[in-house]
Amino acid sequence: MAEGVKSRIKIPKEARKGEVIQIKTLISHIMESGQRKDAAGKLIPRHIINKLAVTFNGAPLFSADIAPAVSSNPYLEFSARVEESGTFKFTWVDDDGSVYSDEQAITVT
Amino acid sequence: MGHLTRRGVIGAAAQGAAILSLTSVRNAIAATDDTAKYIAEFTGGKAIKTGRVNLSIPELAENGNMVPVSVVVDSPMTKDAYVKSVLLAADGNPMPSLITFNFSPMSGKAQAAARIRLAQTQNVIAIAAMSDGSFFTDRKTVKVTIGGCGG
Repeated sequence: MAEGVKSRIKIPKEARKGEVIQIKTLISHIMESGQRKDAAGKLIPRHIINKLAVTFNGAPLFSADIAPAVSSNPYLEFSARVEESGTFKFTWVDDDGSVYSDEQAITVT
Repeated sequence: MGHLTRRGVIGAAAQGAAILSLTSVRNAIAATDDTAKYIAEFTGGKAIKTGRVNLSIPELAENGNMVPVSVVVDSPMTKDAYVKSVLLAADGNPMPSLITFNFSPMSGKAQAAARIRLAQTQNVIAIAAMSDGSFFTDRKTVKVTIGGCGG
């Protein structure tokens, strides 16, 4: 597992039933594109986060297929309509096989 | 060539410029072909209509390493009618793929944002796949001052 990978999630703690909320996510990652060359002129191998998958109470909500053209420390923003209290689960997949996850709960009234 | 004349130098320079511009045009066309192919894989070659998709991206990006992009599709988000995916593609990067957002009826709104790398001035194209099998598109040209992708 790559060292020092940190994720950040921004979600409102509370929402009204049926409200559409904004979700913002960030994960620290170099996102080496595979296009760059090192000092010796050799291609630096690709190493990126290639997927983010998000579930709410276990049901698939949103996912993104991420290409090397996404900037380092990939930032993603998207929406969710919440009908009940529950937990968002975020899973990022690294090219090296590592999987990073994070969770955030919301209270719906 | 004997000694350099003014006319000779200008002529040679013009020829050089012509060759340069020709190769850059060829590269651009190759990239556009790749992008068309990449989009056709996503749509299965089906017709793509304009409208309903709104792609927001700066007209001028000073730093191609981090260009904010967001997309919103005008559509209900119910089990019967929703936006399945939005593919973002570029026609002037080493590869056409940027990012694909996959929504669900639970998304509430077909909207997403990210930050991308653009190697040079080029078009960014958004294609939305609707649950009824239709496709809609929007595109924007972005002028890039300093290219991304570590070039």
